[in-house]
Amino acid sequence: MNASSDSAIRADRVSRHYQMGSSLIRAVDDVTLIAAAGEFLALLGTSGSGKSTLLNLMAGLDRPTSGSIIAQGRNLSELSPVELAQYRSRTVGMVFQSFNLLPKMTLEENVELPLRLAEVDRSERPARVRESLERVGLAKRAGHRPSELSGGEQQRAALARALVNQPTILFADEPTGNLDSATGESIMHLVKEIQQSLGMTIVMVTHERPLADRFADRIAALADGKLVSDRVTA
Amino acid sequence: MKARDLGELAIRNLREALLRNSLTTLGIAVGVASLVAMLSLGVGLQELASKRLSNSGLFDTVIVMSRSASRGFGRAPEPHNDPANKPAPRVSPPLDDVARQAMQKIPNVVEVYPQVRFPTEVRFGGAPYATMVAGIPESAQENGAFDGIDGKFFSGANANEAILQIEFAKDLSEQPSSLVGKDLVLRYAERQALAPEARSTETTGAAASDAAGGGFSVVPRDMNLRIVGIVDTEPAAGFGGIGSGRVLIPLDVAEKLRATQLNDLRDVVRGTNGKTTYASLTIRAKSPSQVEKIETAVKDMGFSTFSLLDATRNLRIFFTIFDLLLAIFGSLALAVSTLGMVNTLVMAILERRREIGVLKALGAADRDVKQLFFAEAGVMGLAGGILGVGMGWLIGRAVTWGTNVYLRRQNLPSAHVFSVPLWLVLGGIIFSIVVSLVAGLYPASRAARLNPVEALRYE
Repeated sequence: MNASSDSAIRADRVSRHYQMGSSLIRAVDDVTLIAAAGEFLALLGTSGSGKSTLLNLMAGLDRPTSGSIIAQGRNLSELSPVELAQYRSRTVGMVFQSFNLLPKMTLEENVELPLRLAEVDRSERPARVRESLERVGLAKRAGHRPSELSGGEQQRAALARALVNQPTILFADEPTGNLDSATGESIMHLVKEIQQSLGMTIVMVTHERPLADRFADRIAALADGKLVSDRVTA
Repeated sequence: MKARDLGELAIRNLREALLRNSLTTLGIAVGVASLVAMLSLGVGLQELASKRLSNSGLFDTVIVMSRSASRGFGRAPEPHNDPANKPAPRVSPPLDDVARQAMQKIPNVVEVYPQVRFPTEVRFGGAPYATMVAGIPESAQENGAFDGIDGKFFSGANANEAILQIEFAKDLSEQPSSLVGKDLVLRYAERQALAPEARSTETTGAAASDAAGGGFSVVPRDMNLRIVGIVDTEPAAGFGGIGSGRVLIPLDVAEKLRATQLNDLRDVVRGTNGKTTYASLTIRAKSPSQVEKIETAVKDMGFSTFSLLDATRNLRIFFTIFDLLLAIFGSLALAVSTLGMVNTLVMAILERRREIGVLKALGAADRDVKQLFFAEAGVMGLAGGILGVGMGWLIGRAVTWGTNVYLRRQNLPSAHVFSVPLWLVLGGIIFSIVVSLVAGLYPASRAARLNPVEALRYE
């Protein structure tokens, strides 16, 4: 799978180093990785393995120290800050372990936020917000605040927010990390369903191998910032 | 992000920390209020002063005298050696009705009138009172000084009516207001020119033209005047008058009396061939800015002029500096509240680190975050500005009220020491917004620079 036209996102010899005092931290060290379009890729590793750093680089939240990340034929390192923000806004969606919904906003308002940032026309917004909330089964709770919802519902809302701008790649950073196993499993089913029905590329960071084995198409394992294995699941 | 979205998000964010943002806004409002109050005081005092001064007739007035009258005693006429200067006539044409009408035709002249003012005696209730009578032109009615009149202004230019100055009225009666409607008798000395043959024939030669004595006889006359009003001070006293008038009568009436005036004795010596000449004429200009041109025109006619033009200029400089000082003091409070606002916004960044990280992850550019903080500062500035202008206005009302209570206790007429013109209202609000945006500069750029990865990690 080396044809770039077929890949949703490709990391090419990417490194991300931090200077911490006198020591150099190699959070990501010379990683080359491809996620094909429509593929569910799991980044597996223990805490500190560099999997989240790699995800942030691919999501356009951070820039690599060296190497390049190509998404939709564009090298993210060469984008201006404004172009990179547009990439985050229109090309990718993101969910986090701690949901990161804004607590003073209702679900509806949280989901509308990316539409505001992408300057989507006001008349289009209500329909898109509703559609997104319906997809995750929360249409009836649109007027609630995050604190009034369970963890699973909050993660669903976060998913609705990530999807509302119709991105091509969904990045998920330990999306089940704050949930009990049953709720986590239902979230994973939802993510899988989204991948299949929308044909989306999913890049998910997790430290739970069983989860990766069950849901991902391919598993890339990292340790100490290096890619240690890259295999297609059975 | 679009402006409407920015505004909505900004107001939403401000509502989230309602107490803190309200206090910050209140701080801005107090700053704006102090600035507005100080400037209102400056503007109000300036208006008060210029109104009082223009009412006094000092600054829109040109006094015209004949050159011979203005020249110092026993001093030779100054030679005009400089050929570049248009030599002014050494001797002025007579300052008579012909000259008066010519002056009336100069552009922007409102009126030309003589000073008629003479010491005399009035009888009221059988008792004599020595006093000074002054002729008041019709135009004086527009003067603020007649605003506080007890009674009415003259019913017409030729009405045999009198307005009394309050101090004089108190001499006549213990209850000055009761005098309105009553009559008094004005006794005055009418001047009657002597027939030419009655004049001395001893004046000869060169002196004849200048000093053909215009002798006159003096005949005592009586005139009934109805008291129509009582006024605090004589308005439009101008300058060049001798003592202020205490019995004011219409100017036309005063002129017709041909009462003997103080300068008549000099006219006897100088001689004016029996024609009426004026010791001085007062020209009132449409506005103080026209005074200079009118003066030049009158000088070209060969007369001496006098005005207080420089004094108005100095007054304006004084008030400009005065306003500046008031503005500086007012700005101090605003400077303190600006620091308060910087503090609030910087605190907000710390508190909202995570939110900023989320916004960036969802696609907010640095510019969006910066604009959001600017919008929040701007909304606080707008609210603070409106509130501040309102507070400043209230302070102004309070100060005016307090001042007037004090003035009344001192038996002085009330005054508007405060003025909040529209430009100050709009200026105050705009200034508040601008100051708030400046205060938001540093916090906004700091928030915009926040690294999203670090911000999201922040708990």
